[in-house]
Amino acid sequence: MEYEIRTPLSVEEVLKLKVGDTVYVTGELFTARDEAHARALKWLDENKDLPFNFDKAVVYHCGPLVKKNDEWKVVSAGPTTSARMNPFTPKILERVSCMAIIGKGGMSDEVVEAMKGKAVYLAFTGGAGALAAQSIKKVKGVIWEDLGMPEAVWLVEVENFGPCIVAIDAHGGNLYKR
Amino acid sequence: MDFDDVVNATVNVLRRAHTELPEDVVIAVRNAYEREENEIARRTLETILKNVEAAKKLKVPMCQDTGIPVFFVEIGRDLKLEFDLCEAIRVGVRRATLEIPLRPNAVHPITRENSGDNTGAHIPQINLELVDGDELRIVAMPKGAGSENVSALKMMLPTEVNKIKDFVVETVLRAGGKPCPPIFVGIGIGGTFDGATKLAKKALLRNVLEMNKFEFEILEAINNLGVGPMGLGGKTTALAVLCEIGHCHTASLPVAVNIQCWANRRAEIVLR
Repeated sequence: MEYEIRTPLSVEEVLKLKVGDTVYVTGELFTARDEAHARALKWLDENKDLPFNFDKAVVYHCGPLVKKNDEWKVVSAGPTTSARMNPFTPKILERVSCMAIIGKGGMSDEVVEAMKGKAVYLAFTGGAGALAAQSIKKVKGVIWEDLGMPEAVWLVEVENFGPCIVAIDAHGGNLYKR
Repeated sequence: MDFDDVVNATVNVLRRAHTELPEDVVIAVRNAYEREENEIARRTLETILKNVEAAKKLKVPMCQDTGIPVFFVEIGRDLKLEFDLCEAIRVGVRRATLEIPLRPNAVHPITRENSGDNTGAHIPQINLELVDGDELRIVAMPKGAGSENVSALKMMLPTEVNKIKDFVVETVLRAGGKPCPPIFVGIGIGGTFDGATKLAKKALLRNVLEMNKFEFEILEAINNLGVGPMGLGGKTTALAVLCEIGHCHTASLPVAVNIQCWANRRAEIVLR
């Protein structure tokens, strides 16, 4: 099946997606990788409010290449290896009602378990940064810029971001385990 | 030839490496697309080919991970270089970072502070070699982290020659979808602890359409794993296996496996 999903997500929308489906994402998403995940968890442990919200969000494992002229523009923005976010992700999933992750390479069994009933993992073709940038229409903001360009959290507006393949669904389905 | 010529050449060679995938690599991806039978694998390979086209047309880096800058430089022994060659390449990298642009990837290994311009201690990595003639040949090979992170070195026993293939295949299996398959596998056999890794990286500079029997055998074993493009299944896990050999100590057998993503980016420029 082919679906277009919009942000913010709903649990029903997440649950209908099955491994092998193709998905295009429209709306707002944010990038987060190693350093952003580490800091987000540290803040949550300290009961500090995050400047962005994981709940109902689409989190993109990506360190984009951006350029600033008058305003920020995304030049190339494919996914990064999601496995590096394995240690952080279950703790984030505990705190949300639903969520989607866009990344590459899949995630650990522990993450797949934590995703059940609330989250999907969407695989976008690794290295396809030039293509991905075409569907990123606008940079709405950058958070934690001190982490450096790849590690900062970039809030972006996307239109028909894809094709993404549902590689792990909310029912334990996992294309990486065959 | 002066300092500025090398700076300009460095910017140009990096721009080409990032925006145009070498012809032999594109052919290898296209051949795989035609052979592949798995539906998701075909869709993934199609996306890769579309992305390569988009990068070339829009003159933007095909992948946002513009890598860590690695250069192989051949210096003709008849050349007289009256300037700091490595500094010229460093200045070129800084300019390329702004102009192409490239993502600033170089960070201090402990503080993780980003230098902001893709240079730092021992970065760019510049490998110098003296050759015959009066030319300066600069090969740029930006190397992404997804594939570099799953590369491996094993100091094998001298009696384990028949286990080299297993070590390579296991390394690829363990890497799974992480290095952006379909991958290229550079193998260095022999040399020293560090020498084997250098051989493995150098192997990746070769034409990917030309393999010998040993390399082809390993390729077949890898593609029987079923990892597939991006780890989503299929018979295209690797596009080529390339091996370089060096003599080693009678008591050792170093084997290095340097994995490269489908974006096997390299470009060369020759100055006289």
